[in-house]
Amino acid sequence: MPIEYLPILALIVLAVLFALGTLLMSSIFGPKRPTPEKLSPYECGITPVGTARERFSVKFYLIAMLFIVFDIEIVFLYPWAVVFRQLRLFGLIEMAIFILILCIGLCYAWKKGGLEWE
Amino acid sequence: MSPPFTINDLWAISPEMVLTTAAIILLILDFLLPPGRRAVVGYTGLLGIGATFAALGASAGVRAEAFSGMYLSDPFTLFFKTIFLLIAALIILISLNYLSVEGVDQGEYYALVLFATVGMMIMAASGDLLSLYIGLETMSLSIYVLAGFLRKDRRSNEAALKYLLMGAFSSGILLYGMTLLYGLSGSTNLKAISRTLAAQDLHNPALTLAMILLAAGFGFKIATVPFHMYLPDAYEGAPTSVTAFMSVGPKAAGFAVLLRVFLLAIPSLQGSWVQLFYVLSVLTMTVGNVVAIAQKNIKRMLAYSSIAHVGYLLIGLVAGSPLGISAILLYLLVYILMNVGAFAMVILLCRQGLRGDQIEDFSGLAQKSPLAAATMLIFLLSLAGIPPTGGFVAKFYVFGAAIKAGYVLLAVIAVVNTAISLFYYMRVAMVMYMREEPSPITALSPSRPLHWALAIAILGILIIGVYPGPFLGWAWVSLTGLL
Amino acid sequence: MITLSHYLALGAILFIIGMFGVLTRRNAIGILMSIELMLNAVNLNFVAFSRYLPPGALTGQVFAIFVITVAAAEAAVGLAIVLGLFRNFRTVNVDEINLMKW
Repeated sequence: MPIEYLPILALIVLAVLFALGTLLMSSIFGPKRPTPEKLSPYECGITPVGTARERFSVKFYLIAMLFIVFDIEIVFLYPWAVVFRQLRLFGLIEMAIFILILCIGLCYAWKKGGLEWE
Repeated sequence: MSPPFTINDLWAISPEMVLTTAAIILLILDFLLPPGRRAVVGYTGLLGIGATFAALGASAGVRAEAFSGMYLSDPFTLFFKTIFLLIAALIILISLNYLSVEGVDQGEYYALVLFATVGMMIMAASGDLLSLYIGLETMSLSIYVLAGFLRKDRRSNEAALKYLLMGAFSSGILLYGMTLLYGLSGSTNLKAISRTLAAQDLHNPALTLAMILLAAGFGFKIATVPFHMYLPDAYEGAPTSVTAFMSVGPKAAGFAVLLRVFLLAIPSLQGSWVQLFYVLSVLTMTVGNVVAIAQKNIKRMLAYSSIAHVGYLLIGLVAGSPLGISAILLYLLVYILMNVGAFAMVILLCRQGLRGDQIEDFSGLAQKSPLAAATMLIFLLSLAGIPPTGGFVAKFYVFGAAIKAGYVLLAVIAVVNTAISLFYYMRVAMVMYMREEPSPITALSPSRPLHWALAIAILGILIIGVYPGPFLGWAWVSLTGLL
Repeated sequence: MITLSHYLALGAILFIIGMFGVLTRRNAIGILMSIELMLNAVNLNFVAFSRYLPPGALTGQVFAIFVITVAAAEAAVGLAIVLGLFRNFRTVNVDEINLMKW
């Protein structure tokens, strides 16, 4: 075990101890006068409306699904970026084709009304 | 740094590139064309398949390992690519009219069929676990969507869900097997795996586990018996044209990769996997045939019959000889023609308001249309394996290979199973010919493309049945590079 | 010291949890999540092998990237199918979705 990492370990231990200590102390010494308002869930300071377990509109799912797909495809850009210089022009063309295909997918979703909210 | 690949590599994948481009063009066409002109998309799809076939012919001479061995272009690949294109063309032909009958006349359908075909082609050509996985998922994802294509139909929804859950589950199992194989050999290239494993101790439990997981993963895809539970529901609920596709496409592609992985990557384990497939084969054909007897729905009956056929196909792998493997290829070719043909007959009966998928719906077909009844009879005879059809020739070679390799008991079990299968296939024939009661069939589908598909299927079966020489020769030649 | 075996054990545990989830969950979304768990176990295995195997074996990492993207596509298709199903059945419980014999 490299000895150079010892200060970091000490720091982590101290941080954890400090966090636990403050939590523990506030739970021991802090005054507790619960009222219904205090016990209700926090909703940006205003009175809570309805329950938190509501159904979301189906439209969110559609957008979320489209987002997941396009978002994850970006992961291919990372390894590409690492070797971009070695790949030269070839890499650029290759990625352009990839993005083009993604764009066609996006156009398709758009044309089919996948991006409309109403 | 040397270039990642050469122009020769691009030649090797030109069929896939053409087909992918065609599928993308179909997607664009779909929203450019006014609704109601959607059949144009289907015909364009056929054009795309034709162009791909031309590219396949042009690149047939290139025998190469493209992209550092990821991609194999050999006669084995060529055989499978050809039959995948045949499948895609037949499926588009039988769908053209059927989709408007079901009220889902949408262009995506054809694009998805083509994308699935691209996936199958990549699978058959893969020389690496990575390209195999990508191909497999390209095919599977497209087919999940296709299975649920009747969005308003609850049975179609259910079929898609079951197919998806089981498909994704089996991919997980398959992938876990692949990680173990990668860990043990340090490579995902099939040939490199085989080289490394040849130098290793074969009694490694991790290696056995990897083999079992791979067999289970592929077992789900081709539906061997302990992994078949989802299949009848998926086949019954999916739109009939998609069922036809599901029953031949993923199975043929599954066998392509099964043969590749087990013969190319882990031939050193042959002693153990032969036993495994022996048991799977016996279970698969027996359960498939016995349960098929009880079915009233013809799609469900054909689903169980397709399970039984996988059992027969596995016999060729158990035999393991070049004769056995080439018999598998021949069997697949015949199986595709007869199964698509049988499902096309179901579509022929289907019209608005009548799914035409009960065996009862065939009653009195012989009086209504003797030609249609005769066509169905030939498909049934071929499925049962009776001469002079292709089904007989295919079974003959597979069973013969088993006997030659010394698996006489297995061949006997298979013959007994064939006799059982005769029972349920002939029941359909009896309903068509013997029933006197008024037939529920008012009209057969007038779709020309459907008739074309039926004609192609029936001609293929009869030609192979009467004159199997060239086809067996083709299957034999296709083994170079594999064994 | 963390060795390859630790990663493999974690991967195996994750995989088994996922498999158990697929086989016992009744909610279709829950099953999809369990499948994702299995795929993540696979990713862990691939990356661990790729780190500990003889040098140059980067294939595992590349494979993991592909598995991640395919899993996302699978999740999207899966959610779409579940959504369509919910519109017609008003439920996502797999044992209530049985028009045909399972």
